[in-house]
Amino acid sequence: MKQDVGIVSYGAYVPRYRITPAEIGRVWGTDGAAMGASLGVRRKSVPAPDEDTITISTEALRTALIRGAIDPQEIGALYIGSESHPYAVKPSATVVAQAVGATPNLTAADFEFACKAGTAAIQTCLGLVGAEMIRYGVAIGSDTSQGAPGDALEYSASAGGAAFVIGREHVLARVRHTLSYTTDTPDFWRREGQRYPSHGGRFTGEPAYFRHVTECTRRIMDRAGTTAASYAHVVFHQPNGKFPQRVGKQLGFSEAQMRYGLVTPSIGNTYSGAALIGLANVLDVAKPGDLVLMVGYGSGAGSDAFDFQVTDELATYDRSFGTPVQEFLEGGVEIPYSVYAKFRGKIHMGGEA
Amino acid sequence: MSIARFWRETPRRYNLGGCRCPTCQTVYFPPRSVCPVCVNHRRSIGRMEPFQLSGEGEVVTFTLVHEAAEGFEMQVPYVMAIVRAKEGPQLTAAVVDIDPADVKIGLKVRATFRKLREEGRAGVIHYGYKFAPMDATHHPPDRPAGGTRLPATTATTTTVGSEARA
Repeated sequence: MKQDVGIVSYGAYVPRYRITPAEIGRVWGTDGAAMGASLGVRRKSVPAPDEDTITISTEALRTALIRGAIDPQEIGALYIGSESHPYAVKPSATVVAQAVGATPNLTAADFEFACKAGTAAIQTCLGLVGAEMIRYGVAIGSDTSQGAPGDALEYSASAGGAAFVIGREHVLARVRHTLSYTTDTPDFWRREGQRYPSHGGRFTGEPAYFRHVTECTRRIMDRAGTTAASYAHVVFHQPNGKFPQRVGKQLGFSEAQMRYGLVTPSIGNTYSGAALIGLANVLDVAKPGDLVLMVGYGSGAGSDAFDFQVTDELATYDRSFGTPVQEFLEGGVEIPYSVYAKFRGKIHMGGEA
Repeated sequence: MSIARFWRETPRRYNLGGCRCPTCQTVYFPPRSVCPVCVNHRRSIGRMEPFQLSGEGEVVTFTLVHEAAEGFEMQVPYVMAIVRAKEGPQLTAAVVDIDPADVKIGLKVRATFRKLREEGRAGVIHYGYKFAPMDATHHPPDRPAGGTRLPATTATTTTVGSEARA
C-alpha cells in the first residue's frame, strides 16, 4: 500500500450462549465428543432468539467507535460481510449505520462471499480510504450461520462478528500488503430460499480451503519479501479447529504464532466473523512493531490475505471499553440441545406454513 | 405495528434519542415537545433540544413474563423492567443475557441492540434497545468532549451515546 492506511479501531461481539458437540451428538445418536475432537471444536456459540447478524454487527461496531473515540458522522462507507443477512432483500448495513448514528452521509452495502465477505469489505474500505474519498470506512464480518440438524456443519456453525474501522489517522495496524486468490470452486453453497447450506464433504478440503489459503499465503509472502518466521501472529480462516492448524503447519508457522488467531475451538465457526474475531484477539495482545498475517477464505472460492504491521498507536489504544475477545472465548452459558433448537428456530410451531 | 409508525420511532428505538429542556435541563424519553415541569413551560415550546441517553441505568422494578405476547413465545420466560436511565427518565424494556433469578431491583444495566419483533416470517423486522447487565468493561471511558484521538479542529463526539449526536 502506498499510504499509511489500516485499522484505526476494532470491536468484537460473540453471543452469550454455548453448546458442546457432545450435547449435539447426544441428540443424533452419534459420538459428539469424538466429532468435536476431530473438528477441533470444544464449544460453539449460539445466538439468543433476538440476535442476528444486524444486532451482532451493531454491538461490535459500537464497541469499536467508543474505543477509538470515532465520530460516527465521519464514517463514509459501511459494509457488512455475512452469509446470514436477516433479509434476502434489504440491507443489514443501513440498520447498523442508523443504529450507530452514521447516517445519512455515507455509502452502505451488504457483502456476501461465504466466509470471506468481511475481509473483502476491509479491502474495499482500504481502497476508498487510500484514495481519500472517505475518512473512515467500516468493514464488518458477522454471521449467525446454521448447519442442517444432524449434519456435520451443525457441530461447528456458530455466531459472532467483528468490526474494523479503516482510516489514515492513528492507525493501529498498517496494511503493508493485501492480495487475493480467487477461482470458481463449488465446495459449499446455499441456494436462494434454502434454509441450510449444502457442501461437497471432503471436497471442501484440498481443492478448496487448502489450495486457496496456501496459494494466497505464499503469494503475499512473496510480495512482502517475508517468510513464516517474520510474523509474530498469523490468523487463518477457521471453519474448524483443525484446518487452520494443518495449513499453518504446512506453511511453516508455529503453534505460538497461531495461538491468538485461533478462536474456533472455543466459539465454533463464526463464518464471516471467524478470521476477523481471530484478528481482534491478536490485536488485543499484539505489540508495536509486530507483523501480523491474516488469510481469510470463502467458499466458492477465494482467499484474501493481509500483511499488517502493528504501530506504536496500539500501545496507547484504549481497550478499556468492551469485552476482550479472551472473555468471549472463556465465558458463556452452556445450554442443552432443546433450548438451542428453540433459539435457532428449528422447532416448527403451530400455525406455521 | 405499522411500518411507518415504527420507522418514525427509529431514533428513539435505535439510539435512545430523547430531549432536554434548555431552561431546567430536565431530560425526557421519549421526547416531548413541551417541558411540563418548568414554571413558565410555554417558553420550552419549540425549544426542546435533542438529547441522546447514554444507555446506562438501573432496574427500578421488573416482572417475569410467562404468558408471552404474540411473537414472543420463543423467549418465555423473559424479564420486562422499568429502567431508570442515568440521565433521569424511566423506560420500559426487556432485560436480556441474564438468568431471570439474578435480576434484582437496583441492578445496573446497559442498553444493547436487539431484535424486538418480526412481522411474521415474511414481514419487516423491528430492532431497538433492550438492556443487559452492566459489567466492568462496558462503562464508556471518561474522555473530554471531542475525544482524544481526533484532531481538535474536528467537530466530534466521544461516544455513540453522546448528546451532540442526537
